[in-house]
Amino acid sequence: MSKQQARFEPYDFNGGTCVAIAGADYCVVAADTRMSTGYNILTRDYSKINKLADKCLMASSGFQADVRALQKVLGAKHLIYQHQHNKQMSCPAMARLLSNTLYYKRFFPYYTFNVLVGFDEEGKGCVYTYDAVGSYEKVGYSAQGSGAKLIMPVLDNQLKSPSPLLLPALDAVTPLTEAEAIDVVKDVFASATERDIYTGDKLEIVIVNSDGIRREYAELRKD
Amino acid sequence: MFRNQYDTDVTTWSPAGRLFQVEYAMEAVKQGSAAIGLRSKTHVVLACVNKANSELSSHQKKIFKVDDHIGVAIAGLTADGRVLSRYMRTECINYSFNYESPLPVGRLVVQLADKAQVCTQRSWKRPYGVGLLVGGTDESGAHLYYNCPSGNYFEYQAFAIGSRSQAAKTYLERRFENFYELFKG
Repeated sequence: MSKQQARFEPYDFNGGTCVAIAGADYCVVAADTRMSTGYNILTRDYSKINKLADKCLMASSGFQADVRALQKVLGAKHLIYQHQHNKQMSCPAMARLLSNTLYYKRFFPYYTFNVLVGFDEEGKGCVYTYDAVGSYEKVGYSAQGSGAKLIMPVLDNQLKSPSPLLLPALDAVTPLTEAEAIDVVKDVFASATERDIYTGDKLEIVIVNSDGIRREYAELRKD
Repeated sequence: MFRNQYDTDVTTWSPAGRLFQVEYAMEAVKQGSAAIGLRSKTHVVLACVNKANSELSSHQKKIFKVDDHIGVAIAGLTADGRVLSRYMRTECINYSFNYESPLPVGRLVVQLADKAQVCTQRSWKRPYGVGLLVGGTDESGAHLYYNCPSGNYFEYQAFAIGSRSQAAKTYLERRFENFYELFKG
């Protein structure tokens, strides 16, 4: 019989799904607002989307305490950058910073699944997708979280992003208009809500374009 | 003067009870180009004379943003001032991280003063050769402090440091009672 040892479980899983789509001159990031633990709901009204810089947002699902800690660390590092460079961080720079910050805790990871959206140096929309320890890639669209496995195949089907194996390399940015992208997002979330117990309640959509940042909400099934 | 015998290092007292190295550091502040600060009930204003080394070079930066609610103007060894500004910025960021609120100005200047004091009591260090006018707002209103190389700090309604600052101080002494109600938020 093995000895019973007192154990402290450092992680919890709060569920939720995040989706991001990049366009030629806009970005859309969306996340549901449900926060769960086990089979219970903690709240139906929790935002998973956080602004890191002027034109750079991050949506994270996973363990929300780690998400909050990660947001604070990135915020502090961004402030230091602003003091030293007299300007805000660009999205690609923030993307690398997030990766390094995550890998810094390679052996006690932030239990967070992130997508970063913003505009690259040329002003085109970009989406970066991460795993929990900082491996990241610039893509045209991504989904992370409990509903990601339900949503990603649908996005692949709809957004027809070129394969990275094709040569010459084609643009990762998808040719949807902003309104089409928002509709796709609402549809995939409605579908994911049907089958994923951790996804639902309300959908928060944040749209970034040259006019600024806009927020929309859509209802989702509450069961 | 006798002071030459007791001024070799900062850890030697003179018979008159003075630390000459610290006083020499304060001299460095007086030699730097001027910095001025004044405050009202809700605002603090900092101003600097930015001297350039030569006609070819750029002007030195002597006012630094420390946080959204605190700024600092320096006079003296600007390199020391830059380093201390970086320290102040880090302290503000760490406080915000831990307490999710801005660092009160009075707390920051005490930390700064303690840091300066350390350099007056270590044989392998030298005092910072820079005077700092720290201006900021917090829950208790707007504040202006002056931090010396000696590790002392004072709160002021208005103050000026650096070369030819006496003219500014005289001007401010005559008018500072009017400042409080100005620039109301």
